Order: sequence, then structure tokens, then C-alpha cells
Amino acid sequence: MTKQMNKEPYQQAYYPPTPTGITKYMRSNILWQLVRFAVINFKMLKLMRKSH
Amino acid sequence: MSKIVILGAGIAGHTAARHLHTLLPAEHQIVVVSPNPEWNWVPSNVWVGVGQMAEKEVTFDLAEIYKKTRIDFKQAKGIAIHPEGSSTQAKPHVTIESTLSSTAGQMESIEYDYLINATGPKLNFGATEGLGPDHGHTVSVCTAAHASEANHKLQIIIEALKRGEKKTIVIGTGHGTCTCQGAAFEYIYNVDHVLREAGVRQHARIVWISNEYELGDFGMGGVHIERGGYITNGKTFAESLMVERGIEWIIRAHTKKIEAGKIHYETLDGTFHELDFDFSMLIPPFSGVGLKAYNKANEDMTAQIFAQSGFMKVDADYTARPYAEWSAGDWPKTYQNPSYRNLFAIGIAFAPPHLISKPMQSDNGTPINPAPPRTGMPSAAMAIAVAKSICDMINGAEAPTHTASMAKMGAACVASTGAHLLRGSAATMTVYPIVPDYETYPEYGRDLELTFGEIGLAGHWLKTLLHHTFIYQARLKPGWRFLPD
Repeated sequence: MTKQMNKEPYQQAYYPPTPTGITKYMRSNILWQLVRFAVINFKMLKLMRKSH
Repeated sequence: MSKIVILGAGIAGHTAARHLHTLLPAEHQIVVVSPNPEWNWVPSNVWVGVGQMAEKEVTFDLAEIYKKTRIDFKQAKGIAIHPEGSSTQAKPHVTIESTLSSTAGQMESIEYDYLINATGPKLNFGATEGLGPDHGHTVSVCTAAHASEANHKLQIIIEALKRGEKKTIVIGTGHGTCTCQGAAFEYIYNVDHVLREAGVRQHARIVWISNEYELGDFGMGGVHIERGGYITNGKTFAESLMVERGIEWIIRAHTKKIEAGKIHYETLDGTFHELDFDFSMLIPPFSGVGLKAYNKANEDMTAQIFAQSGFMKVDADYTARPYAEWSAGDWPKTYQNPSYRNLFAIGIAFAPPHLISKPMQSDNGTPINPAPPRTGMPSAAMAIAVAKSICDMINGAEAPTHTASMAKMGAACVASTGAHLLRGSAATMTVYPIVPDYETYPEYGRDLELTFGEIGLAGHWLKTLLHHTFIYQARLKPGWRFLPD
């Protein structure tokens, strides 16, 4: 249940990457996420154009 | 004058109906048959399932919307297709049974010039003993009503957690052949999120269980993404999110049976296991809704029109082949039934030629592999292609003129990982194409420029925007035609 219990060596939680503090911060930073919102929408429109 | 009948009014059926309504001159008739009186924006059911939205925010009354158009709406379920007519009725027709309370059970025959089967899935809870909210021990988010009930039970768990009790929550797939892992993926992270918001996450053990070979498969065989200077399989990101949120995971699992408080499952190595739980949401496997088909002499020809799964055969290559010989070209393009030129199946209703993920079975011979996903974006694309093809065929085209192969289109999925304007997040993912095409993209089967994924608040804003946009569009509000499908 807690991070420590799940981080035993050679158990499943030992190996996958986990985000650093800065990565987690940027996920909810309003200014950066506004930029990402624009980028994601642009990528989606590109995808939709290629799909139709 | 032609008459087009559409069975089903979900994302695929309703999209076909509103496009036909726009494209066809007024003298042509459009009939929509749906057993449900309401349209449901299914992607937001997850939020209903954690109490972030009410049922009425994800549904609306179909009859009210169709009254604004010339579409004739019948609240009924499709029973049988007679594509050659019958011994008593010369024209092709469908038999339907009313689900309206005032006329429940009454049968009706509707003739058609073109028929679109958009009936979606039967939620096959019966495939696993003890699965599902009606006769089993698990909840579901597949319908708005199920999701509402799921939230009610989740809130009881949260109250117990607030009292300091320890609870185990299990979310994932309820059978070895399920699809829709994405919905379960969203639900597990939203449950985690609401528990954290309630300050009780530390009292809950949350476990993911699915039939995927590795996390991040989603029935598409997984996906590769270019990120941080590497091309990485989505498994890495999916596992990362599980670890970040303190969620354990069980994969390669076929849920065999569920008793009150206990899940029995088999894994790919042929061993059997049990998992105790207090609250569980498990997606059921899908099958066709059970439509029958009869020829002119009233003989049953269901097996000719439908695959064993109950999904309708279309212009796919159904030749049985080993996995190594599968190809993107096996997948349908026009969704026309090969036996009857005026019969189509779209959305979840068409029979895929095979899986996308590599087929796997346990040492006991149990299939444990995800079925292919048919999400909203490709379903809408199929609906539009078929609507346009039918219009051209009405105007004299011999064959369908528009295509929407899943091997030639992409999909965008926004999987909520917690709803909140400032503290929410979602995993946004695009894949192109949905069905990997190793002839065009030899190394990874997909265009890495159009295949990407990221997690953040922006994804949550996007999912919220999509919720409002698609409901606005489906309600045929002013300007709906200019919104992308």
C-alpha cells in the first residue's frame, strides 16, 4: 500500500521509472500545460487530417 | 426514394444518422432503432463511476433530439434481419421488438433499402460466473446507470476507509478475452485520485488485473513512443504510472469466477490464483447483441452473416492464418457485408478479422489475450464513411465509395487519471495507425511522428473539452456540422 512496501528489490515496483519532482511539477504547471494543450491539439488535428 | 434503417444509436449509429440526415435530400427516409431511450457519452462514464459527474451529464434523450430532424426514432431492439425478404414480405426488412414501456414486447417489421448494423456490444457478464452488477459481485462503468451504481458502492468504501478500515480494490478485466482495458485503466486512476482527494488513499490496497501480456497493451499489441531520446514501449510508461500511484498489477490473467469478496483467476503459465477484494470493477467481454438472419425461405442463415462472436461479417479477410501471416490488409475498409451490398456494420458491431495483439493461451489451453479495441474516433470515422457510401450508392454508385480502415486511420485516446480543473491529469495518447502496418512502417508498425503519449493537466482539460464538444455535437446544436468527429 505504501511506496516503501512496494519498492522491495526484485519486486515489480523496483524497476519502472518514476517521475522526478520537476516532472510531476511540470504536469500541473499552468503555463507549461497551456503550451502542452496547444501542442496536443495540433498533433491531434494532424492525426485527424491524415486519417480522413 | 430510399429508406435507410440504422440499428443502434450509440457513437457509431447516431453519427451515421446525423450525417445521413445532412447529406440526403428530404425525400429519403432515415429510421433509427435503439433499445435505449438515451444517448450516452461513454468515455465520461468513468467520471460518473467516481462521483465526479452525474448520470444526466453524460446522457440525453434521443427522441427529443430526433424530433428536430426528419429521422424516425423507434425505441426497440433489433431481433432479426431478413436481407432477402421473407416468404411473406418481398422487400428486405428487420424485425424489431419494442422496449418502450407502453408497447413493450410488440414486434414490428421495418423494410429497408439500406441497413446499418451499429448495435454495439452485448456486455457479456454471463461469460464469467459472478461477474457484473446485476447477478454478480463486481461493478461496471460500461453504462451510465452501471457507473452511477459503481459510485454509490465506491462511496461506501470511502466512508469505511475514513473510519480507518483497510480495503482492497481490484479493477481491470473480467475475462481472458476482454477488450476496453483503457476504460479500466482510467477508472483505476480516478479511484486512486478520489481516494487521495478524500485523504484515505493510505488505507486502500489497489490492484490492477488484466488479460494483457504486458501493461499498456490495450488490445493494440502495445505501442512505441519516442520520448526522452529513446523509443520506448508503452509498457514502461504504464508501469511507471502504476508504481507512481502505488498500484500493484496482475497481468496475463483470465478471470475465471468471482465469489463475494474473492476473484479466481488463471494465468498464462497455467496456474490458478485467488485475490480477495472489497470493491471491484471488472470490464466484461463483448459479444454481438444476438441478431439473427433469415433467408427468403425463412431459413436461419445467421452463421453466414455473423461470425461466431455475434459480430457481423464485413469486407475483412477472415481466412484463418497464423499470427505471423496477419496483415494490415486483412482489416475491412468499407464495412459492407460481403453477401448483401446494402448491408453494413460499423463501430463495435463489425467482426474483426482477428486480434491485433498476439494470440496467447495458457498451458491449459485457455485464451488469455485482449480483443481489438473499437473506440469512439474510429467508430465515428466508419459511420461517416458508410453514410457517404450509401449516399453515393443511392445516386447510382455500384459499390461503396468511402473507406475507413483501422489500418489507415489513427485514434486519439485521452485517459483521465484524475478529474480536477487544477489538480487533475490525463494520459493523452495518439496512435497511427490503430492496426499496426509493418509493410509501411517496418520497424514498429506505426508512424512515430503521429504516435505519442504524455501525462498532464492539459490532458484533463482536453478530455473535459471533448466531453462538452461531443455532447454538443450529438445534440445537433447550432454549428454541430463544423465540429470534428
